[in-house]
Order: sequence, then C-alpha cells, then structure tokens
Amino acid sequence: MLEGQSTWIFENKPVIISTATVGGPFEANGNISDDFDILHEDLWLEQESYEKAHKVLFEEAFTKAIEKANLTKEQIQFILAGDLINQITPSSFAARTVGSPYLGLFGACSTSMEGLAIGAYITNYGGADYILTGAASHNAAVEKQFRYPTEYGGQKPPTAQWTVTGAGAAIIGKIGNGPQVTSATIGRVVDMGLSDPFNMGGAMAPAAVDTIMAHLRDRHINPSYYDLIVTGDLGQIGHEVSIDLMKEKGLNINETNYQDCGLMIYRKDQPVLAGASGAGCSATVVYGHLLNRMKQGEFKKILVVATGALLSPLSFQQKESIPCIAHAVSIEYGGE
Amino acid sequence: MFQTFFWAFVVGGLICVVGQIMFDVFKLTPGHTLSSLVVAGAILDGFGLYEPLIDFAGAGATIPITSFGNSLVHGALQEAEKHGIIGVLTGMFEVTSSGISAAIIFGFIGALLFKPKG
Repeated sequence: MLEGQSTWIFENKPVIISTATVGGPFEANGNISDDFDILHEDLWLEQESYEKAHKVLFEEAFTKAIEKANLTKEQIQFILAGDLINQITPSSFAARTVGSPYLGLFGACSTSMEGLAIGAYITNYGGADYILTGAASHNAAVEKQFRYPTEYGGQKPPTAQWTVTGAGAAIIGKIGNGPQVTSATIGRVVDMGLSDPFNMGGAMAPAAVDTIMAHLRDRHINPSYYDLIVTGDLGQIGHEVSIDLMKEKGLNINETNYQDCGLMIYRKDQPVLAGASGAGCSATVVYGHLLNRMKQGEFKKILVVATGALLSPLSFQQKESIPCIAHAVSIEYGGE
Repeated sequence: MFQTFFWAFVVGGLICVVGQIMFDVFKLTPGHTLSSLVVAGAILDGFGLYEPLIDFAGAGATIPITSFGNSLVHGALQEAEKHGIIGVLTGMFEVTSSGISAAIIFGFIGALLFKPKG
C-alpha cells in the first residue's frame, strides 16, 4: 500500500528466509569476516578475468542462499539482481546459471535495496512465493571500469573509497521464519552538482538524506523508531556530510544509531581511505553482518538506506556532474 | 658531492611538488598532469633553460618526466641544425629512442613475469 509520496507499506510482511554473502581477500581480513558464508583468498577466484570472478561471486551467493533456504533452483520464481559492470553482465550471467526468470536492475550501489524493495512488493501482493535478490561488486573489475586500469597505479586522494569484492543475496518468501520487510521508500535522483568521482560519499550524502526524510515523513515516524538507520556506502566524508545536512534540515539524529555500511566492513588499519563502496558493500554488510546482529537480538527494527552514484565512465569524462540516489527498506525482527 | 645530491633532491622534489599540486589542487587527471609536464619541459628547453637546470641539478632534472619533453626538443633542434627540416623528426626519435626502447623492453619483461591483465 502506498503511504505518503513514495513509501510502500508491506502489510503481509514478506520474510527474508535466507541470505548468503561471499567476500574476497580484503574482506576476509576485515572487521566482519565472521559474517561471510564464503571467503576467497584470491581476487581471481581461479578465473581468467576479474569480470568472470565477479560472476562467480554472484553465482556462489545465489547457490548458497538457495541451499540455506532448503529450496531448489526451480522454486525460485524471479531473480532481481544488479551490479556495476557495463550492461550488468555478472548479474545476467549468474542468472543464466540459476535459470529462473530474471529482471536486471541498475541502481549502482543502491541496487541491494532496490532489489529488496521490489522483491518485497511483488511477494507482498502474491506475485511470487520466492524471490531471489542480490547485488555484487568486484574491486578490480569495478575500479578498472570507473577509475583507471589497476596496473596503472594512479594515486587516489583521501576522499576516495575502496570497492568491496563481494556479493550478497537474499531470498524473500511469502511466509517463513526470519526478518520481515515492512516498508520501503523509493528515492529520487538528487544531483547537487558534484563531479569528483573520488568523492562519491560527498555526492551521495544529499540523496541519502532526501530518502531518509521522505521515509520518516511518509510514515509519520521519528528516527528513534529505528534501532539503527544505516546508509550503504557514504564512507567517512559522506557520513559526516549527511549528519550536517540533516541537522541543517532540522532532523536530529542520534549519531550512535546512525551508521554506514562502508565504515563497518573493514578494520581501521586497512588502507581504504574514506571507507568502502560498491554494490557489494551494503549487500554483504546487511545480508550478513546486520541480519546476524538482528537475529542475536541486538536490533529489532532497522532502516537500510542504500546509496548509489548514477554516473558512467563516459559521463564523468564528459564532465557531467554525478546524479545520486538512495532507496530505503525497513527490516524488522523479533518485534511485536 | 653532498651538494650535488642535495640539489638533485631539491630540484627533482620541486618538480614532483608541481605535479602533485596539478593533481590535487587543479584536479587534473594523471594523463593530463603527465603530458603537461612533458610540454613544460619542452617549452623550457625551447628557451634554452632546461640544459642549465640539468647542469645544476643533474638527476634531479633528468629523472622527472619534464626531461622527456626537453629531450624531444633538444634532439629536434640539434638535428635540425645538421640536416634541416627532416632533422626535426629524426632528431626527436634519436635522443628519446633509448627511453622509449627501455619502456617497451621492460614492459615486455614485466608482462612475461606477471599477469598483465588489470
């Protein structure tokens, strides 16, 4: 049901019946390595190219999620997935492996929540029993496409972020046990005219704030309704910018309950500059780490605001600014 | 001898500072920074200013990329004096050929030893 401008309330409370996360070597050394189902020691994943490795990340997450849900591939009615590579080939190729009907998504790093929101909507209205959704990124494949070739070794400023090598997948079911998806707010494209691809967090912060405000307004709730509001990959700079922006707009958010996935995944001493980014960032942190913490009873209600920068290498070369987006999904577990 | 090292360090370092400023403050891409410095070296040599810098700072002036621009112009001018207009072309290649060949050969060896796909 639509509430307010852009929020869906899911009365039938679709359930995240299983999730799976896969990570690379850098993630294995990180802060939340225990929350990954599969970790790889090598960026190549025994493939010939990073793009193929990227596809394998996705396939493994899909297969593992299906296995953990005790389902078969045939029971998955739809796949909703996306990534950052041109024409989202890793997603499409992984969907070829599963063989279920598939809708490819592109929301850059907001894809994880775009998929969860649409998947929950379809399931809520009886459009499917089981939907598989996910997002992934591969550090070397994505850096190569959006920045400079990796072997070129171009210097990065301290505002730059580290692309996560990882895939996160979830199966949304009509009924079952697990965290429930209760609402979703679809973001609009926000462009504040920033054009530095090495400061994505700063560019994305206004989009995150816009969506958070819209969600709270549509649902008539305060930030304190949630035990945790978590953004996708704003990084250190974007996180601070977003807090300032919210203060400016008169929204006082409790800073201990407002965090960023991009600041959770790695240890402080890993050389990631301003934090993590990539479609796999929010997907792995939410579907692994945060849902685990929910299941342990640490949080009952969380709002995930996955943020995406909708640029292409070409648009940046043609000196266009970076339009950004954020989608919010609320997940509840163990509440009333 | 200490003096030679000192000035090589200072001059070479200053050229790098210029590059870093172009990169960080003026937000030029690595490609633009690199080629701007090559052009700067070429222009300096056109005015006859780069050779005195090399005499003064040695490796501090020959190692940074500006020296490549200097070599291009230097070779062209030198050969132009001997062979006229055609010397402009041959001169450029003559002086810089060792640098370019080294880049190709070491690049090739690197590609054989490591996986060159990024």
